[in-house]
Amino acid sequence: MINSPFVRKPASVQSVMLQVLLALVPGIAAYAWFFGPGILVQIALATAAALAGEAAVLAIRGKPVALFLGDLSAIVTAWLIALTFPPIAPWWLTVTGTLLAIVIVKQLYGGLGQNPFNPAMAAFCLMIVAYPALMSQWPAAGQLDAGTQLELIFGGARQIDAITGATPLDALRTALRGAADPASTLHGLRAAQLMDGPAFGLIGGHGGEWVALGYLLGGLWLLQRRIITWHIPLAFCAALFAAAGLLWALKPEGFASPLFHLASGGAMLGAFFILTDPVSGATTARGKLLFAAGAAVLTYVIRVFGAYPDGIAFATLLMNICVPLIDMKTQAPVFGHKKD
Amino acid sequence: MLRKLFNFHGGVKPATHKEESTLSPIAPVPLPDRLVIPLHQSVGGHPRPLVQPGDRVFKGQRIGAADGSLSSAVHASTSGLVRDVVPAVMPHTSGLTTLSVIIEPDGDDRWGELERVNFRSTPPDELRDFLRDAGIVGLGGAVFPSHLKLKPGKEGALQTLVINGAECEPFITCDDMLMRERAGDMLKGIIAMRHMLQAREVLIGIEDNKPQAIAAVQAAIAASGETGIEAVAIPTRYPAGGAKQLIRVLTGIEVPHGRRSTDFGVQCFNVGTAYSIFEALERGRPLISRIVTVAGNVDAPRNYEVLIGTPMDHVVRLAGARAGTDRYIMGGPMMGARMPAFDVPVVKATNCILVGSPALFPPPPPEMPCIRCGECAKACPADLAPFEMYWHSRAKNFGKAQEYHLFDCIECGCCSFVCPSHIPLVDYFRFSKSEIWAREREKEAADTARDRFEFKNFRQEREKQEKAEKLAAKAAATREKVGADGSAAGAAAASSGTAPAKPSGDDAKRALIEAAMEKARQQKAQVQPKNTDAATPAVQAEIAAIEARRQVSATHPTDAPPDRPPSSGA
Ligand code: SF4
Ligand code: SF4
Repeated sequence: MINSPFVRKPASVQSVMLQVLLALVPGIAAYAWFFGPGILVQIALATAAALAGEAAVLAIRGKPVALFLGDLSAIVTAWLIALTFPPIAPWWLTVTGTLLAIVIVKQLYGGLGQNPFNPAMAAFCLMIVAYPALMSQWPAAGQLDAGTQLELIFGGARQIDAITGATPLDALRTALRGAADPASTLHGLRAAQLMDGPAFGLIGGHGGEWVALGYLLGGLWLLQRRIITWHIPLAFCAALFAAAGLLWALKPEGFASPLFHLASGGAMLGAFFILTDPVSGATTARGKLLFAAGAAVLTYVIRVFGAYPDGIAFATLLMNICVPLIDMKTQAPVFGHKKD
Repeated sequence: MLRKLFNFHGGVKPATHKEESTLSPIAPVPLPDRLVIPLHQSVGGHPRPLVQPGDRVFKGQRIGAADGSLSSAVHASTSGLVRDVVPAVMPHTSGLTTLSVIIEPDGDDRWGELERVNFRSTPPDELRDFLRDAGIVGLGGAVFPSHLKLKPGKEGALQTLVINGAECEPFITCDDMLMRERAGDMLKGIIAMRHMLQAREVLIGIEDNKPQAIAAVQAAIAASGETGIEAVAIPTRYPAGGAKQLIRVLTGIEVPHGRRSTDFGVQCFNVGTAYSIFEALERGRPLISRIVTVAGNVDAPRNYEVLIGTPMDHVVRLAGARAGTDRYIMGGPMMGARMPAFDVPVVKATNCILVGSPALFPPPPPEMPCIRCGECAKACPADLAPFEMYWHSRAKNFGKAQEYHLFDCIECGCCSFVCPSHIPLVDYFRFSKSEIWAREREKEAADTARDRFEFKNFRQEREKQEKAEKLAAKAAATREKVGADGSAAGAAAASSGTAPAKPSGDDAKRALIEAAMEKARQQKAQVQPKNTDAATPAVQAEIAAIEARRQVSATHPTDAPPDRPPSSGA
């Protein structure tokens, strides 16, 4: 027997996830356009691995496989993994990362809705700790043709030295450290000069900034569709801008501009697609602001002072840990108990 | 004049489906063969039956007398013969029975003597008694006895009387049609209420999807020449017609859970209640009928003036139930209750008979896990975090659920309505609430038993002690006798540890008993859970009001309202 309400809004987890996937499309398109089809291969690999892994665990747990595969949440995780891993990562790296995310981080914690950590970001952190070199090889836009990319993904042995790619964020940090080192050839160069190379574009990395714009557009669409609220993206961007802006204003020759930080790496992906994962994120309005601002500051610190290509993943996990506390402390007053 | 309106958080916009049932005027219903009039139709005490099988009754004759102050009388809806006074299935999801008067109409529909009252010259207390005996209760669905709410509060005057014509539930149009057709008489009822409450202003809140009703009420106000009464169009958003939400929208005041709105200078009544007050005062007619919307899976949705006690299917037949009908829902699709049978009687709480079919109200898709998306919190008009309450309710962690303000939930259903995981959130909250009540009742019973037990222990202890002392005294006396130089020290030592308990007289005994009882009372107070602290009569009444609308879920068989009328009858 069913109780009231007898009517429901036509909403489903499936439609929510589907819209998230659609919102990723502009960013993916820009990615493929500038960096080649490797990313599409990675997405396919991750999707297949995610579905297979999820189906296997669901079957073992005795859950309805079709129902839960149909919720599309595994595919969202898969796409985020593909988009944060290097596009030329060997196939087994992507597949292993995806399986870790789905089987360990998501399903072992109880499946959909139960995981305290963002599965994609947990996978990223695990893999970068295990395979730091492979996870740090990023081709510049247009550097590798499709054939080379496929070879790198599916080929057996790879000449690691042959690809010396690094993300613009990574490259800039290395260069800035060089500039600060009297023994280096780069000594004395300013940040702006260091960013003059072909790897850099108008405000971010060459090509990468267009991908970021794609994510931004998709994210704004999600906002407009009310799939996400403004709190996390805005707080993240504002805090990242503020943190980067502060050091940049103090010492412009030694730090990249706040706009560069917003347009580079996974900032836009993080602001609109990763931190907004409802399951592992904060849920209250004030909590979301805190959560995202904390993630932004951590991201900046890891980017500038850490040793990894980007800081989003670690920042997300660290903030995931804080979510129960944040949520508990930021419950809004209920009807009739407000102080206004 | 444009009035400043306030907003309430959340809310949803389900398809309204109101058009269909407002095409034709309110229609009368032919007398049925049989009326089944439950004696308990309001929040509060069970009215005592005043008739016996075989009695002849007039239309409007009182057949059930209010039991105490929190109760309301019940009347014969037509003239005829009392066939029986027996438990009958009541219009409640549980399918339980309640003592009801079965009347066979004689077809004459003859009124008894009608007593009118001039509200301006009658003392307020008498007016309230009159309304109680006229069976006036809130017709918005909560059926709270109106006379209890018609007290102005401490100051002797109320700031705002809010009249609820919002009617936010989909499908229901009985208030809309009442305002369109009977605005003038309704206004007279409002004026009487205003007088009783000494209200400075009257705001009639009507959702802006009812322009004709708004116009009719405005015209009636203009025609009456009254000042300080205003019909206010409010934005259409469910549940704008919830009393608390409407008060908030019109006045900006938020009445917290467990507080009386009069303490905030405002009181709220439904438009139907206002009309029935007019009928009672100016025509002397008690509440024996009400307007009922018949909608849903019927050929011609419409409003009917229905005698209380009329079997629902008798009314639905007039509107033409369509094939595929699998249930009647009393109320709307958001908060309504599924009826246990088609022939349950229309009662004072029946604002709508929603005829359901699987096509109209398909079962929800399979329930998925909560993804913490927060949609439910965005929709909650009580500013709650439903998914947190759900989480703790599911784990039967009721204390935690209460920390998230479970009892502030008005069971509006907005959260269930929006949840993309199709979780029946409100069901969990109803379940948790009744579990908590059930546990509290159990605990109370246990406490009483424990008090008794402790007292018995205490008495036995004391008796043992007295015996020991007597023995010791005897021994001492003997020793004294035996040893000439023997001191009484031995005896004193024997009883020193228990000196204060010396049974020196009745006073000491009484003091001891009192001390023990006091200790038991304190212990009891310590273990009392938090939420009973706030269980003021107002809360109880509110709980009772929610209970009145409650439905029992088959998936949670324990979800039975606590103060369910005994099925064997009173
Ligand atoms: S709407 Fe449903 S899925 Fe979303 S947070 Fe609330 S209960 Fe969870
Ligand atoms: S049913 Fe309760 S929790 Fe759900 S939206 Fe309504 S008030 Fe909030």
